[in-house]
Amino acid sequence: MPSLKEVKTKISGVKKTSQITKAMNMVAAAKLRGAQEKMEAFRPYTSKFNEAMSNLSAGANPDQFPLMETREVKNVELVVVTSDRGLCGSFNANIIKQALRMMEAYEKEGKTVNFVCVGKKAHQALRKTGKVRKSYTAIMAHFQMFNAREIASDVADQFLKGACDKVEVLYSEFKSVASQRPVAKQMLPVQPIETEGETANKQSGDYIYEPSEEEIMDVLQPLYLNVVVYAAMLEVGAGEHAARMTAMDNATNACKDIVSNLTVVYNKARQAAVTNELMDIVGGAEALK
Amino acid sequence: MAEQIRLEVVTPGGSVVDEDVNIVNAPGYGGDFGVLAHHAPMLSTIKIGTLTYEKEKSREALMVSGGFCEVSNNKITFLVESAEFGRNIDVERAMRAKERAEKRLAQGKSHDEQLNIARAEAALQRALARLKVAKL
Repeated sequence: MPSLKEVKTKISGVKKTSQITKAMNMVAAAKLRGAQEKMEAFRPYTSKFNEAMSNLSAGANPDQFPLMETREVKNVELVVVTSDRGLCGSFNANIIKQALRMMEAYEKEGKTVNFVCVGKKAHQALRKTGKVRKSYTAIMAHFQMFNAREIASDVADQFLKGACDKVEVLYSEFKSVASQRPVAKQMLPVQPIETEGETANKQSGDYIYEPSEEEIMDVLQPLYLNVVVYAAMLEVGAGEHAARMTAMDNATNACKDIVSNLTVVYNKARQAAVTNELMDIVGGAEALK
Repeated sequence: MAEQIRLEVVTPGGSVVDEDVNIVNAPGYGGDFGVLAHHAPMLSTIKIGTLTYEKEKSREALMVSGGFCEVSNNKITFLVESAEFGRNIDVERAMRAKERAEKRLAQGKSHDEQLNIARAEAALQRALARLKVAKL
């Protein structure tokens, strides 16, 4: 049986930990709201963008655009988006696990894989593979469109140079506060966007294009890549806070359990000490008789 | 009352303008153009510059940076990377950005030369557009 003092120190230690985890939970909740708002604000942009893209690419000939060119795939580049900070449960671990699985699958087919890491956690975990081509760290806290543009244009350059034949972006989809799931999405070659309704398709022939259809596509396609990367970063940003919230909530609950168990131990130990003392006194009194 | 067209300006940060207007003037890729009500469907790229629109009594100016716009069903939608009203522009900051960009252009020689020059030029254009809109 541990001594009274030991148990007492342990209890106060666990209580302090639970204060920290509770605070982190609340901070994550506040940040999650911000990240979710940012994501909501971006939605109209993406939906309009996809509409225009699908209008355009309905009539486009893939061979005409270098970013749509489909080549035999020898080199694959994976853009892995994670958070910069840990303590958010298995959020980053899931993304990284998926990245490694995909790497293995591609390598089995005889393709080489390179990573582009966005977020510090991806960089730390994938560095060991020696396949990281580029890393962007410490940008997840305050990122803007131009951060996404930097990443997207760098990847597009690689594709155009022929250094890679396929680019996929791997991130965690924000399904709800309680659930995030790693997903991979093809970035390059750009695939024509499927039209959801027929209405969008019907009009495409009547448009006036300024300057020309091809030139607009040349502008839109790099923009499309920005949108894909930015959207992935937004989802990871929101997912990170949601995952941290859940993780910290679990931690706080676990702390409570430990404290109540330790309190029982403490009380038993105290009781035992009191009983011992009483027995001593009684024993002493008996001896005097 | 003149016939109106719906104007929407959408940026990655959210919708900036969503109202009925009489005329829209935008910086198209091949030059500025104006759009009135019932314009034929059109898709155009937009460069960094000034977007103005007029309502019955007022006239507004926005600084927009690259993107594109779509006209259909008496509605004009701008999808741009950023859009700012003249009154919200921080003139001092734009001035500083302008000076910085000019300095970088003057120095020119660095190992990532082309990229840096392109970036500085874009920054300069943005700063100039901001200053222009702020004065309107």
